Amino acid sequence: MIEVKDLCKSFGDNQVLRGITETIEKGEKVAVIGPSGSGKSTFLRCLNRLEEPTSGEIWFEGQNILAKDVNIDKIRQKMGMVFQHFNLFPHLSIRQNITLAPVNLKLMSQSEADARAEQLLDRIGLLDKADTYPAMLSGGQKQRVAIIRALAMNPDVMLFDEPTSALDPEMVGEVLDLIRELANDGMTMVIVTHEMGFAREVATRVMFVDEGVIKEQNAPEEFFSHPKDPRLQSFLSKVL
Amino acid sequence: MISAKLTIWDSLSKDLYRGLIQDDRWKLYIEGTGVTLLLAVVAVLMGIVIGVLVAIGKFYGSRRAAGPVWRAVAKVCDFYTTVIRGTPMVLQLLIIYSLTVWSKGTYACMIGFGINSGAYIAEIFRSGINSIDIGQTEAGRSLGLSEKTTMTRIVLPQAIKNVLPALFNEFIAMVKETSIAGYIAVRDITKVASSIKGTYFISSPLYIAAVIYLVMVLLLTRVQKRLERRLGRSDRG
Repeated sequence: MIEVKDLCKSFGDNQVLRGITETIEKGEKVAVIGPSGSGKSTFLRCLNRLEEPTSGEIWFEGQNILAKDVNIDKIRQKMGMVFQHFNLFPHLSIRQNITLAPVNLKLMSQSEADARAEQLLDRIGLLDKADTYPAMLSGGQKQRVAIIRALAMNPDVMLFDEPTSALDPEMVGEVLDLIRELANDGMTMVIVTHEMGFAREVATRVMFVDEGVIKEQNAPEEFFSHPKDPRLQSFLSKVL
Repeated sequence: MISAKLTIWDSLSKDLYRGLIQDDRWKLYIEGTGVTLLLAVVAVLMGIVIGVLVAIGKFYGSRRAAGPVWRAVAKVCDFYTTVIRGTPMVLQLLIIYSLTVWSKGTYACMIGFGINSGAYIAEIFRSGINSIDIGQTEAGRSLGLSEKTTMTRIVLPQAIKNVLPALFNEFIAMVKETSIAGYIAVRDITKVASSIKGTYFISSPLYIAAVIYLVMVLLLTRVQKRLERRLGRSDRG
């Protein structure tokens, strides 16, 4: 579904990604872990071109998304993204946050989008908040709304950029539960996370990104029990 | 002592009578106030249109990934704000009027004040757009919204809310700054007052004009407060 070939990204002289080649199949749940500054978020943000790669190729559903003539907006409609800081639109109600994109992009009529928003809000138990504003929600509620806002576009893949890192500890669970549900529904996802327990439980594959390359990857059981790369060993010993 | 006080009061009220009531002179003030408000409203509306466009030009031109066209646009916008903010408004007004394209001074005022206001409003909007977290743009774009839609539906509405106090300050300032319209014989409130003063050698018209400005500004401040409260609905936690 996503094919990355020799992806490099530099910010000025700072080379963040130094050649990543990777394939992500439909239905996979890939957890990306690594120390801060390792390039894992940059890798994720390159996948929908929030960061413009310096070189390399990214193919999504048979299309080279770095091609000059590609309509990146069209591609992003199929790639949901969830941010560390939620990035809900504070001037819009929860309902409008969810319906803005599908209605504006003419994928749904307003009434269809409203129905979809209500169905999704009901699913996460926040239907009664539909007409309130983001400022009135807790962090965990905000992030769950951000997730269903992305879901309302019916994406083929979901990209999570440290979805629980900005949350108070007692709210991490509710967000992880929702992501786990999506995983169980068969959604393809790439998650940059520091939640090792969650990565181990939900991911089908765990990737260790360090110094701009994928140092090691494996099925979660093997990855966490028998890490081979010395950097991964030392990283895991610090975070586990 | 008492008689001296009486004399002051007497002459003051006589001045007021002659400056305001005699020969229905109050009508002149009302007309002048109308002209002042019209000039300020047109100038600020024009300023907002110019300001938003210039601010967007500068914003896109200043990005790391800006193309040559946006860079050129930003250069032009920079030139415009530099010249306008670096020269006196009276001079700008006289220059605009000297172009003599405008048969009436009123039009020259509207255009001149509008162009002047645009430069200041552009800076207000630019700071407003910059005040919106980049995450808002990223969230909009990652949903597949175009750059334009993200700007008009997500960034600008929030930026406008943030700059509303500054924008209203500009409007309030403009109400007062239009007082130079008299330079090109436009009969705004200041011009009306000074010509009555000049005709009858009384100073009360100046005070009357001052009170009228003050009332206008106070009313505008109230509107500003109400508007801010309405726009602040989504902030309540």
